[in-house]
Amino acid sequence: MRLIEKAGTWLDQRLKLGASIRETVEHPVPRETASWFYVFGSAALTVFALQLVTGILLALIYVPSAGEAWNSLQVLNHEIALGWFVRALHGWGSNFMLAIVLIHMVQVFLFGAYKFPRELTWILGVFLLLITLGMAFTGQVLRFDQDAYWGLGIGASISSRVPVVGPLIVKLLLGGPIIGGATLSRFFALHVFVVPGLLIAFVSLHLLLVLKLGINEWPMPGRIVRRATYLQEYHELTHKQGVPFVPYAVWKDVVFSGFILLSIAACAVHFGPFGPGGQPDPTIIQTAPRPDYFFLWLYALLSFLPPSAETPILLIVPAVAIVGLLALPFVAGEGEKHWTRRPVAVLAILLIAVSLGTLTNLGEHTPWSPVMDAWSSQPIPAEYLKGRTALERRGALVFQAKQCHNCHSLDGKGGKRGPALDRVAVRLTQDQLIRQVIQGGGNMPAYGKNLTPAETNALVAFLETLHPAGQIPAHDASRDVALGTAAEESFSSHR
Amino acid sequence: MASQNELVNIKSRAESTSQPTETGMSRRTMLFKLGLLFNGFAAAILGVPILRYLLSPAIREKKMGYDSWVSLGGLEKFPAGETRLATYRNPVVTPWDGQTADIACWVRNVDGQSFQIFAINCAHLGCPVRWFPKSGLFLCPCHGGAYYEDGSRASGPPERGLFQYSHKIQDGKLFIMTGEMPTPGSPNAANGTAGRPACA
Repeated sequence: MRLIEKAGTWLDQRLKLGASIRETVEHPVPRETASWFYVFGSAALTVFALQLVTGILLALIYVPSAGEAWNSLQVLNHEIALGWFVRALHGWGSNFMLAIVLIHMVQVFLFGAYKFPRELTWILGVFLLLITLGMAFTGQVLRFDQDAYWGLGIGASISSRVPVVGPLIVKLLLGGPIIGGATLSRFFALHVFVVPGLLIAFVSLHLLLVLKLGINEWPMPGRIVRRATYLQEYHELTHKQGVPFVPYAVWKDVVFSGFILLSIAACAVHFGPFGPGGQPDPTIIQTAPRPDYFFLWLYALLSFLPPSAETPILLIVPAVAIVGLLALPFVAGEGEKHWTRRPVAVLAILLIAVSLGTLTNLGEHTPWSPVMDAWSSQPIPAEYLKGRTALERRGALVFQAKQCHNCHSLDGKGGKRGPALDRVAVRLTQDQLIRQVIQGGGNMPAYGKNLTPAETNALVAFLETLHPAGQIPAHDASRDVALGTAAEESFSSHR
Repeated sequence: MASQNELVNIKSRAESTSQPTETGMSRRTMLFKLGLLFNGFAAAILGVPILRYLLSPAIREKKMGYDSWVSLGGLEKFPAGETRLATYRNPVVTPWDGQTADIACWVRNVDGQSFQIFAINCAHLGCPVRWFPKSGLFLCPCHGGAYYEDGSRASGPPERGLFQYSHKIQDGKLFIMTGEMPTPGSPNAANGTAGRPACA
């Protein structure tokens, strides 16, 4: 014990850090901030440390070469003892880190912590969010599989739309004319050197500011932030009623960080590592590329933007969003901190959460994508064929053979790209059905060139049978007049 | 104790030498600023080649850029009236590109005389489109973009038709001009008339 003490004194005589460390750990914080709401920042830092360690461990084996990366991941998964576990820790650590950073940001926003004098802390935090997303995207590329390959294609396609310099950006992003060896090497450099370097620098400044400016006090309704008086008020809060950070507040940080580490380990053991998926061979086109979880919302959004507005929205909205986040502490740097007095802030969070949640959910189910094998794997339900005429059954055959099932569902099975057709006869008359099939319209391609008149005839006859029993199918009354038949007779011919 | 005295000495010496002159700038300060300027000059000298190195993927000395004629094989591989998948090795490769330099494209033999060669990349965001001969459509698995057999846009998010490579037939073989992945912003590598609506 005395030896340790002696060594400590020897070191401190030279480093002279003891006093400032003691000052840092014992600095007074407002009493109420020793709360479970204030643990997310430290948890994010802990997960980052885990990512650093597991990242270095992975780099011992991983080969950042387009020709070898996928194989080296297989070796990690299957041949190196517990290689799969380190990969799983790094993958799940990434998901946890993004989630915790987002929760931290929401908490800070709802508690008004970005207000005077902590504007710069918030701004650095916004950059840290972007850097963390950058780590997630570049990391996803290093898992060099089919999703990574086509994900790079999506990234290149988006970048290429920047006016004038788009093509230049694409070549710099890919390191050459195609996605290949140079692409993986530069994403490796980004993921392992550049972005983590930025992350360490920004985290250091972020933490320094937290220490210099003090932890945000617990917001109270009616306690207004004013530039003239805030510093004095905060000084009183910390020095009259405050408690030392260690150990009064820090024990919750430590416990939560440990809980998060164990949760990551549990996920890693239970769910295992992410991929890699199929080999990064672009000649294998039987693939449906999908990004990682935290980019699914963007993937979903890209299928809903109208083609004409897509490029401007893709290029302008992110810039506006980032500028908005950076400008927030200057626009709302004073005033109420408590969320019950800030309805716009609460509604904004709800709106963003519901939007991202909905888009992520859609991204998981991709209803806009045709089910590529529905035409051969999903038969038409038997009850849709019972008691039908030969022509109508022939139409059902056309429906399958022409791959209509890939986009249209029957009895809940098949594609969701187009509307379900179980009740289509109620919505569209015979003429409208013919027109829609031949000319297309809305999101439907025109099939006129690919169907003979006989096939169209049969297909429409089948579609006309698709209505609930006892419900009148749509029909054009003027045609009855033109053909000299009564509407009732026309209906009686339908089942 | 000796070391502390030394520290004090250094401090006092530093104070005595940084006395401002009448112009407000000591000789040492001016030398320091000149030194900074000198380092700025050195940084510029180093910076130019570094920038050139960084920009090397985008600046290509060859006049044609990355493109060159690549054979897709004999014409007998592409029967008249059909659309077939063809693959080729990209003309610009590094030894460690592995499978990524194997690129696929769709070859449509329109009538035994004329050909259309479509890029595999969807004109929306570059995902691989698949050909469905029965419905005569190219479908994209990512966001549901659809194209007719002649590559023109049918539906979905793409703004234009499929990218097309220019091609030629030589000694019974089909050649295409390629080398660069086509993207919506730079379709020059594989550009064609497919963007125009079919009915125009």
